Amino acid sequence: MAMKKTFDTFAGPLSRSNPITTQVLGICSALAVTVKMDTALVMSGALIFVLVGSNVIVSALRDLIPSRVRIIVMLTIIATLVIVIDQLLKAYLYDISKQLSIFVGLIITNCIVLGRAEAFALKNSTWESALDGFGNAMGYGLILLLVSAARELFGSGSLLGFQVVPDVLYAENGGWYVNNGLMLLAPGAFIILGLLIWLQRAVNGYTEE
Amino acid sequence: MKTSNSYTYFFVTTMAIISALLLSILKVNLQGRQEFNKVLDTRKNVLKTVGVLKPGMSDSEVEELYTSKFTKQAVLGSDGTEREYYIYGLPERPEGYVLPVSGKGVWSTINGFIALEPDRSTIKGISFYDHAETPGLGGEIEKDFFARRFVGKKIFKDGELVSVTIAKSKLQEPSEYAVDGLSGASLTTGAINRFLRDDLTDYLPMLSDGDKKTSWR
Repeated sequence: MAMKKTFDTFAGPLSRSNPITTQVLGICSALAVTVKMDTALVMSGALIFVLVGSNVIVSALRDLIPSRVRIIVMLTIIATLVIVIDQLLKAYLYDISKQLSIFVGLIITNCIVLGRAEAFALKNSTWESALDGFGNAMGYGLILLLVSAARELFGSGSLLGFQVVPDVLYAENGGWYVNNGLMLLAPGAFIILGLLIWLQRAVNGYTEE
Repeated sequence: MKTSNSYTYFFVTTMAIISALLLSILKVNLQGRQEFNKVLDTRKNVLKTVGVLKPGMSDSEVEELYTSKFTKQAVLGSDGTEREYYIYGLPERPEGYVLPVSGKGVWSTINGFIALEPDRSTIKGISFYDHAETPGLGGEIEKDFFARRFVGKKIFKDGELVSVTIAKSKLQEPSEYAVDGLSGASLTTGAINRFLRDDLTDYLPMLSDGDKKTSWR
């Protein structure tokens, strides 16, 4: 029983209560950083760090945080973690941090992070909060990975920077294939995301009340 | 007790001090690496403007190419301040010039480089590398497709500096001194037009010298 609940805390957000496809949170960054897979992966890594960190810290302090100022306190914790990861990226992954530009900083305003702190970490043990944070961040990362794989494959003909579509097929080399430019723009991400949400809800039978 | 005002003040203050302390320690420790990255990125962009940066070049290769092919020079600009620029190739037989340009964009300062052919009028390349323009709109200025539009354009018309202008939309007729604009980015491109002209004017002492076709040798 306890095992089952622990497992659900982690696995629920991967599919059934996925923060992006079910709760439709964190869409802005999901659209912005999914042109290439490497940026999507780094962004997911950053979110895992921030979400697990904020859930653990908020949960550990949950009996100490004065409830009247809890939102401000939680935002301070989240903002601190985001600045930490932003500074680390600038020091060790400079090129990717340049491409992610403001979107790492915008994790502060990502509804998923504050939402999990308020809805889960304030009421549950540290261990469960860590799992919940990890599960939600993975759920976010999973969708980012799928969207970015589709966008990079159809938009640039590559995956993780490796050319997948053979060069000879391209129109400029005498072939017939042309990359789909729409996939590089935000509307391409919207379409992929919409299809994913449709697919997931068709499988799970989830409907909006 | 935990809901009293004094406890709230105490908690919030402690929290703020701890966060600030943590972040300061982190920043102090990472600053060196971050500055190194910035310098390297600037050099990469100098290489990119003249078209010799290849994808997948290692840091040391960039460093080596930069030190072997570029010489930093300074000239007294028309605004009275000293202006730095880079000579590409041997100083006696330059293969190009790279001039740093910068100015106020929409959200923050835009920094870039413009590279000129030895005739000091034809544009060899351009790059904007440090900016905070809106991603997807003004942010598109850093993309290669935009930079390619500048190649081969001229900044001198009949011996007079006209700079190169980014049009509001598509050019009505082909021009040697203008390029197609970016949709949704007219504030950013307008800002670039302004500071490009200003900066090139400041470089006139070094540019006009080339316009009179007095070659080095």
